[in-house]
This record gives sequence, structure tokens and C-alpha cells, in this order.
Amino acid sequence: MKDALQRAVSRAWPALAAVAGLLLAWELGCRLTDMDPATLPTPTRVLEQGWLARDVLWRNLLPTLGATLAGFALSLTTAFAFAVAIDFAPPLRRALFPVFVISQTLPLVAIAPLVVLWFGFGLLPKILLVALVTFFPMLVALVDGFTATEPEIARLLRAMGASRRGVFLRARLPSALPFFFAGLRISITYAVVAAIFAEYAGAARGLGIFILNAKNNFRPDLVLAAVALSSALTLVLFGLAALLQHLAMPWRRT
Amino acid sequence: MTPHGPHPTGGTLRLEGICVTRGETEVLKDLSLSVAPGSFTTILGPSGAGKSTIFELLLGSLAPDAGRITLDGAPLKPDLFAYMPQRDALMPWRRILSNVTLGLEVQGMSRAAARARVLPLLPRFGLDGFERHWPQQLSGGMRQRAALARTIVQDRPVMLLDEPFGALDAMTRRDMQRWLEAQRDGAPQTTILITHDLREAVALSDRIHLLSPRPARVVRTFDVPLPRPRLTAAPTEAALKLENDILDTLMQGDTT
Repeated sequence: MKDALQRAVSRAWPALAAVAGLLLAWELGCRLTDMDPATLPTPTRVLEQGWLARDVLWRNLLPTLGATLAGFALSLTTAFAFAVAIDFAPPLRRALFPVFVISQTLPLVAIAPLVVLWFGFGLLPKILLVALVTFFPMLVALVDGFTATEPEIARLLRAMGASRRGVFLRARLPSALPFFFAGLRISITYAVVAAIFAEYAGAARGLGIFILNAKNNFRPDLVLAAVALSSALTLVLFGLAALLQHLAMPWRRT
Repeated sequence: MTPHGPHPTGGTLRLEGICVTRGETEVLKDLSLSVAPGSFTTILGPSGAGKSTIFELLLGSLAPDAGRITLDGAPLKPDLFAYMPQRDALMPWRRILSNVTLGLEVQGMSRAAARARVLPLLPRFGLDGFERHWPQQLSGGMRQRAALARTIVQDRPVMLLDEPFGALDAMTRRDMQRWLEAQRDGAPQTTILITHDLREAVALSDRIHLLSPRPARVVRTFDVPLPRPRLTAAPTEAALKLENDILDTLMQGDTT
């Protein structure tokens, strides 16, 4: 365990050093050019103002987190249901995939206000938008994952007398796990952005609406504080997905 | 225990006048062969001759265009065969023990019962102490033994081995052949081996069916009356003579 921690630190330090260097350059750049904080605040000012506004930031973080997780849960369950249906009835793929691809071509900027118009300022439109954005990557990951089953393993199971369902449960489902987690890591990074965008289009509370208000009040420091918070949220969710994969696939650890 | 008792041998398995065409290609043409109960029968043939197609027919994943397959004159019943594919096909997400019990679990045995049945057999396969390992932690030879164990513990009347040692290096292959030969002491299970390795065929088989290149039919059947064990020393004069016979037949087949 301690070794793992040491390895993690030794792997992470170049990235940490790069981020620290970037922040240092930003800070020095602002100070040396006497930059107006209403245009570009220094990182220390962002941190300071963000800390002072911590209560209101926290209150706005929770709805965003809720919308992200609920939307993600919705897209996961529907993607799984559709992926299983497509796996058992491949013609469905030809019928449904064009529709799903089109759903991915819709510009979020245009769709988000419409969804808010239809479903109001509550949680529902946010959940729907997060689900819309994350559904397709999860579906593709699962469908491809099922298909990636080694044919020899499937043939072996059939020779043992396994039913189609038995082959699915014993071979296709576990074969899809690496694909599932790859899709999970990708779509979780989209999910937070989608939630913020949905709030931006209209919400009572949330990081999106907080950012909009801060911008309208000429407070780029608070905008950046909220942006940093949303990045941190995404990173935490990404880390959780990686941890989940680590726990769910113990054979990959050796 | 299974309803059949240990190592049920079934009856005489017969393929008669089998023809298989895939697309434009004739794969098998008027192929006939028989497998005696308890025997070790090898289907030997050049690569791409359609040897694996014969297993597909036996397993029922392919129907012949002509001909019939019978066991003691009756059509095949399910649950007759235990099949070992070319590559070991171990599931990377199952530990070795769970890979070996797979067939029993598919048959409906509970996981606990399957484990209790398989665990005492692992030493015979040189896998004791490795039951909690993941497949990718094992060497090629051990993986192949695990795959063989998975096949044997199913206790089906007939084992189908599709080039089981093809992917192994020469020394490991020799070890595995010797090990497989040693397993045939006592009450042997009917085994059908597919191979293109002439020496392997002569060393392991009671009877060899030699296939022609595609479209495949049985060119000639060789009985191998050599004493066992055969792999403890270098091949005997008799074994070498038989190898040459088979090779000659193969060459003639090429020119006609």
C-alpha cells in the first residue's frame, strides 16, 4: 500500500510540477504587467475570493453534482438496456444507431435552452441534457465490448451446452468490462460540462448559473473559482471511475 | 458423481458420407470414419484441410449437406462431447479454479459443489497451489493443462481436442504429450484429437485417420499397435516406420 502511494506520487509529480509552473507564470505575468483584476485576476486572488465565497459556491456545487450523477445514472441504465437489446437482436443496431448518431450532432448551445423551455428550471432538464451527452459514448462502449468477446470462448460455452443468455452472462458481459470503464472515464468528463451548460441555459441554482451571475457582475475571479471547482469535481469523478475499474477487474492488477 | 459413472465411453461414433460446402468451397467430400469407444483416435491432416469443421459437425454448430453422424446407430444426443479449442480459451476474469469448474457450472452444478469436485483433481494436472491464480499469471503449458482439466472434469463420454498443443513451444509440447499419455492409464476416456503433427499422432493414438487436402476425405486409416508408454524414450523403429508410411501416403495424395 505504501509502495503504491510512493509510485503514485512519483508518477504524478511531473504533472503537478507542470500545473504549478503554469500557475506561477500566470501569477507573475499578472503582477509584472499590473493587470486589472476585473480583466484577469491572479490565481491567488481567485483562491482568496473563492474561499470567501465558499458557502455560496458549495450551495451551488450540490445541484450540479446532483444533476451530473442523476443524468449519468439515467444514461447508464438506458445505454445498458439498449446495448443488451442490440446484442440480442443485431438488426436493432441498424435501426437505432442512426438516431443515436444524430442525437450526438445536436449543438448543445441550441438544444439546452429548448430543453429548459420544455421542462422548466428544475432538475429534470439538467438530468436529460447530461443523459443526452453521455448516453452515446456509453452505448458504443457497451455494444463494442459485447462484440469483443473472444469467439473461442463463446464457442467453448456453446459446446458446454450454454444458452444464448448463458453465453451473454458468462462471456459477453465480462468481456465488455474494459470497454465499459473506458467509456465511463470519457463520458464522466463530459457529464459535468453538460450539467453546467444546462444550468447556464436556465436554473435556480448550480455552478452554471453561478458562473453566469458572476460574469454579469464583472467578477472574473469568481467565474474562475467556479471553473476550478467544476474541474476538481470532474477530476474526482474521473478518479472514482478509475477506482471502480480497479476494484471491478482484479485480474488486470497482476 | 455423474449418472454415467466415471469415464463413460459411450458407443461407436460413426461419420458416414459427410459432405460440407461453405460458400463456393467444398470443405469435406464423402468423409467417413469411425471412433471406437475408449480409443484415442486422431484426425491427421494438412493445415486448412477442414479438420476443425469435423468438430463443428459433432458439436452441432454446423449441419452437413449430406451424410450422417451416429452413435451406436442412433442420432447424437446432446452432452456427449467435452471440447477443447485450439487456443486455451481460458477466461481472464476467472481464477484458474473457476475456469476449470466452468463446464460443471454450465451443466447446472452449484459453484461450491463444482469446486469440491475439482479441487482434489488439480494435483493430477500440476495445478495445485495455483487455483487462486489468474490465467495470465501462468505459463503456456500450465494454461494448456488448465484447459485440459476444464475439458476432462466435464466427464462427457467423448473428448474433442482441437490441436491442443499447437501454440506451445517444442519442449513444452513434448512435456504435455507425455503427460497426456500418462493420463491414459486405467480406464481411458474416448478421445478424438485433431492435429497436423505427424509425430504427435503416432505417439498418442490407437488409430489415425489421415485426411486429404481440401476437399477432405479419409485417405487411409492407420492402426497404431505400438506398446505404451511411447514417449519415455526416442521413437522406436516401428514408430518411425509408421511415420514414414503416413508421410508417403500424404505425398502420394499431393500428386494425384
